[in-house]
Amino acid sequence: MIHRKTPGTVAANVVIYFLLGFFALLCLYPFWYLVIFTFSDPGEALKGVSFWFRGFSFYNVEQVLRLQGIDRALLNSVLRTVLGTGITVFCCTFLGYLFSKQEMPGRRFFYRAVIITMYVSGGLIPTYLIYRSYGLTNNFLVYILPGAVSAYNMILVKTFVEQLPPALEEAAMIDGASYLRVFFQVIIPLSIPIIATIAIFSAVGQWNSWFDNHIYNTNSPPLMTLQYQLYKFLNEAQRLAALLKEGNIKDVEAAVTQQLTPKGVRVTTTLFAAVPIFLVYPFMQRYFIKGIMVGAVKG
Amino acid sequence: MSSVTPNIQIKPRKKQYQLLLMAAPFLLLVLLFSYVPLFGWSFSLFNYRPGISLLESKFVGFKYFQMFLTDKYDMYRVMKNTVIFALIGYLVSPLPMIFAIMLNEVKHAKYKKAVQTISTMPNFVSWVIVYSLMFTIFSTDGVFNDIMMNLGLISSPTNVLADKDAVYWFQTLLGQWKNLGWSSIIYLAAIAGIDQEMYEAASIDGATRFQSILHITIPSLMPTFIVLLLLSIGNFVNVGFDQYFVFKNNVTAANIEVLDLYVYRIGLMNSDYSYGVAIGIMKSFVSIALLFIANTLSKKVRGTSIV
Repeated sequence: MIHRKTPGTVAANVVIYFLLGFFALLCLYPFWYLVIFTFSDPGEALKGVSFWFRGFSFYNVEQVLRLQGIDRALLNSVLRTVLGTGITVFCCTFLGYLFSKQEMPGRRFFYRAVIITMYVSGGLIPTYLIYRSYGLTNNFLVYILPGAVSAYNMILVKTFVEQLPPALEEAAMIDGASYLRVFFQVIIPLSIPIIATIAIFSAVGQWNSWFDNHIYNTNSPPLMTLQYQLYKFLNEAQRLAALLKEGNIKDVEAAVTQQLTPKGVRVTTTLFAAVPIFLVYPFMQRYFIKGIMVGAVKG
Repeated sequence: MSSVTPNIQIKPRKKQYQLLLMAAPFLLLVLLFSYVPLFGWSFSLFNYRPGISLLESKFVGFKYFQMFLTDKYDMYRVMKNTVIFALIGYLVSPLPMIFAIMLNEVKHAKYKKAVQTISTMPNFVSWVIVYSLMFTIFSTDGVFNDIMMNLGLISSPTNVLADKDAVYWFQTLLGQWKNLGWSSIIYLAAIAGIDQEMYEAASIDGATRFQSILHITIPSLMPTFIVLLLLSIGNFVNVGFDQYFVFKNNVTAANIEVLDLYVYRIGLMNSDYSYGVAIGIMKSFVSIALLFIANTLSKKVRGTSIV
């Protein structure tokens, strides 16, 4: 494109570059703050950390790792991410493959039945009451089973499998291979791009989940996840802030020394909860376009 | 051979039923976790109390539905909050498109990539993390107050998180902070699909960059914008839960409590299950009705349905 460089376009460029850069800084700064606060010397940090480290120390990280229950919370978060992702990827891939088979009896009916779940749900409380009657309260399985078959992911796989050249599958079928064998030896290797998309988005979703922990497993400390642990720290800090506002200094001092979570622990736990996302982020970027097709796929 | 009989290979019946048998466990999961909860709707017609089975509970008909519809105080308040958030949502809905257009005007590839990468990141962290970040920055002893006081812009610490009147615009800003980069991707993809020859032709005819945006880029993005807008109509009463849940505190509660939060409070905090279910059902019906309206609109405007 050839455009004259008028003063107007130069000014427009400056404004655009500035606005975009400013927004990017706003997005980056809170995360940067986590890093500089966590690794600053705690004593120095009291004077305020704003743009760069004040001293350098692993004190905060050591303190958080020493907290009771934090190892368990980390383990639970990792477990639910790994197991939950593995299971949902298998379920959605296999079911998507089965639904791609025209000869499946009742295919249209069952496929529709799965799709409808994207639009109609029981809602928060009916779902809670029914899951509770299944015994899914204080139970690790509540992190994994309800989301195992995701209609949206299943459609993605089905659409993908239907685009594959049928010749490979037919060749295997003629050689007498069963559906299962075709699925594992032909379909899976060819479907890696879509499987990777589903896996990475489910993994992020699992890692970030906390509400199921809150409503189903809140009374079960051994099932606490990292995100929920962080939420609890924040609630305590919130209480402290409210006390400060009321000017109840005595209570505040008592609270700080006894049970309330210091800022260092809070910030460091947040960093722990955010780091895995940063680590997979570069790998995720190539799947963005596929991932955003939510709603663009027809049932 | 496949060209002669596409997909219609005659397979033994037995083998076809294998497909259904293999799908059965997964269909059972869908039944258990998505369909059975729908039976939970029946709780709304009884005076259900925890510990007593539904069969022993007293049948009360549509009492709870009536109760909500005739509630002057809470119903009015939570509906007001929900509608305000939804309307502000429509007001800011062109922002992702504007962001994408601006990003597209950046000719410096590395700068463009950096801005896009960084601004998409907040979309992938949970609202709990966002809350923690904002708490750290905006609370009374947070870095925002430190900086503002050092610059002499304010004399005493402020806390926007505990400011009842700031709720609507602050939560909207947060929503944009988290989602703007991600929402703009769909527009960037659409921009990449615009025929470059149109720009060249316009340029030869003496169009300025601004004129090209106004007469080529924006009209080309309008179909995407309208589809997304129509889809969002169905979600009018689902303005979001996590965000408002984590940012709710004693001070902001009155203004931040949207319909979903209210259902949570009534049903799970107060254990008033039947009432909570009744409100949830009415919400679902409104959602479905809006979805049908959006679908009809879409058929009229674009000639295709969205669902």
